Amino acid sequence: MEEIKFSEKSLALVNKIIKRYPEGRQKSALLPILHVAQAEFDGWLSPAVMDLVASILKIKPIEVYEVASFYSMYNLEPVGKCLIEVCQTGPCWLRGSDDIVEHLQNKLNIKVGETTADGMFTLKTVECLGSCGTAPMLQCGAKFHENLTTEKVDALVEDLRSANARSSYMR
Amino acid sequence: MGKKLLTANINIPGIETFDVYRKNGGYASVEKALKTMTPDEVTEEVKKSGLRGRGGAGFPAGMKWSFLDRKSEKPRYLVCNADESEPGTFKDRYLMEKIPHLLIEGMITGSYALGARTSYIYIRGEYMYIVRILEKAIEEAYAAGFLGQNILGTPYSLDLYVHPGAGAYICGEETALLESLEGKRGNPRLKPPFPAVAGLYAAPTVVNNVETIAAVVPIVNGGGDEYAKIGIGKSTGTKLISASGHINKPGIYEIDLGLPVEEFIYSDEYCGGIWKGRKMKAVVAGGSSVPILPADLILKTAKGEQRLMTYESLADGGFVSGTMLGSGGFIVYDETACIVRNLWTFARFYHHESCGQCSPCREGTGWMEKVLHRIEHGHGHMSDIDLLVDVAKKIEGNTICPLGDAAAWPVASAIRHFREEFEYHVKYPEKVSNPKHFEIEPFRSEKKLEAVGA
Ligand SMILES: Cc1cc2nc3c(=O)[nH]c(=O)nc-3n(C[C@H](O)[C@H](O)[C@H](O)COP(=O)(O)O)c2cc1C
Ligand code: SF4
Ligand code: FES
Repeated sequence: MEEIKFSEKSLALVNKIIKRYPEGRQKSALLPILHVAQAEFDGWLSPAVMDLVASILKIKPIEVYEVASFYSMYNLEPVGKCLIEVCQTGPCWLRGSDDIVEHLQNKLNIKVGETTADGMFTLKTVECLGSCGTAPMLQCGAKFHENLTTEKVDALVEDLRSANARSSYMR
Repeated sequence: MGKKLLTANINIPGIETFDVYRKNGGYASVEKALKTMTPDEVTEEVKKSGLRGRGGAGFPAGMKWSFLDRKSEKPRYLVCNADESEPGTFKDRYLMEKIPHLLIEGMITGSYALGARTSYIYIRGEYMYIVRILEKAIEEAYAAGFLGQNILGTPYSLDLYVHPGAGAYICGEETALLESLEGKRGNPRLKPPFPAVAGLYAAPTVVNNVETIAAVVPIVNGGGDEYAKIGIGKSTGTKLISASGHINKPGIYEIDLGLPVEEFIYSDEYCGGIWKGRKMKAVVAGGSSVPILPADLILKTAKGEQRLMTYESLADGGFVSGTMLGSGGFIVYDETACIVRNLWTFARFYHHESCGQCSPCREGTGWMEKVLHRIEHGHGHMSDIDLLVDVAKKIEGNTICPLGDAAAWPVASAIRHFREEFEYHVKYPEKVSNPKHFEIEPFRSEKKLEAVGA
């Protein structure tokens, strides 16, 4: 198996992040570094990637696994190039998030939790993202798409498809 | 119209940059504090202001600061809680995105008061684009000499960092936040010890909400007494309210505490009334965790007094007929909203977000979600309604952290005030089979519907 490693740019960032915490507290850097890792390695955290992070932070692999499995933004399985996350909590539901989810399911021809056959889109529902005043909304990578209508969703999906974009929280 | 202490300059073009922020009076509190005040004098002003924590619990900020163990040999920390994940709350995001230097200024002035040499802003991972905004602003503040070694030539030095979480509401609870900041799962700690004694890395720590820390800026600039002149009684100053749901003008409003609830909902300066000319059915006044109130009780207390936007007035009547100001997440429901479905989304949320340490919370939130799902989808039994009340009661007060209570209160209050709507779901399963049932045929309980111009 090919050895995985961070690009030089990411490694510089990782080292910068570690320095934010006091001596001997490098484990504090775990969450931010997992974000860097997920962005670098195709949007998900494989065991090999988690082991790499553990070795950099000089902690046990289990300390990384237990954290990665706790937080909902870390994907422990491969996802599509674009992860579309639609908020479905009360305030968004009041303004029509059910319609947005249904529209996306029909448009992408997948159910929530699934990935399109071409590997382009994964559709997920999430809980309140702090955009209730501009509901309904979805997040794709770092970007929030707010005050959604089905037309806006169509345009977004077309844009992402034609750009063949990969979503990332880090951009 | 109230004074805008936090948002007066928020729409000035370029206010997110250091230069524009500084030209508009920014960083004055840092100059004043570091050059003319002792740390204890800063804390004293915050005490005098009566400022209460804006993250939800409303604990007096000055008192919290004075509890910080200053005798410890360990370093002290100020940690900003920017986890903002309480459904219905989006005010911290607004401040950080539009006027990031205000939070940074408050962090510097606050850290000085507490004697912290390193401080962190813990922000929910989903707000990653705001991490970039804050980091850019922090870089500018370093370059201008407001962060780093010997700030403004004084002996005081401070480093400030932004730390992203990764999707977990529970990390808003302050001890879970500290665990997460240490690189662990967000499991709340048993208290005591409190963070003021053993917080981050077991060192004395103050955790404050974004809005609380931002409010330190006008308090130091204008004096605590001036700040305390705004508001009523123990509810001093201004508060950011995140308004969402079935209103004409959702958004963030900075109000003087003490504003009548009715004015907040119906005035064009604020929510602008209920959308589509409909009637108001209910309000959740302080984020999803606080009790829901029917329209009649949100506008007037059970005693018939006008309800005000203060900690005390919203709580009037206790859990029987009152609610809480909480985080200021103000969610409005019109007559077509289904209280059961809304509650089901909340129960699903709490189940999803329970950290799983305590069985009443872990199991209870799951049960409540399942039972509510079945009632909402027309498969409920009459006995389910009391079952929900019973489960909620068994969670409340029996858990390590308040997430358990936060999951229980919405259930207990929705059934207390809207029991007939739950019964309707059980009695007429065919009518609720369409998810939009009350949009087709609103469920009316005239006594609780607020009559607007009708
Ligand atoms: C489950 C739970 C979630 C919370 N989420 C937040 C949050 O997102 N932001 C926040 O400032 N406080 C939150 N709190 C409150 C914090 O525990 C803490 O009281 C607050 O950060 C203290 O700051 P303040 O006194 O300035 O409000 C939460 C509490 C609980 C129990
Ligand atoms: S009450 Fe719930 S969220 Fe809080 S510690 Fe217990 S299980 Fe975790
Ligand atoms: S409920 Fe969707 S962003 Fe808050």
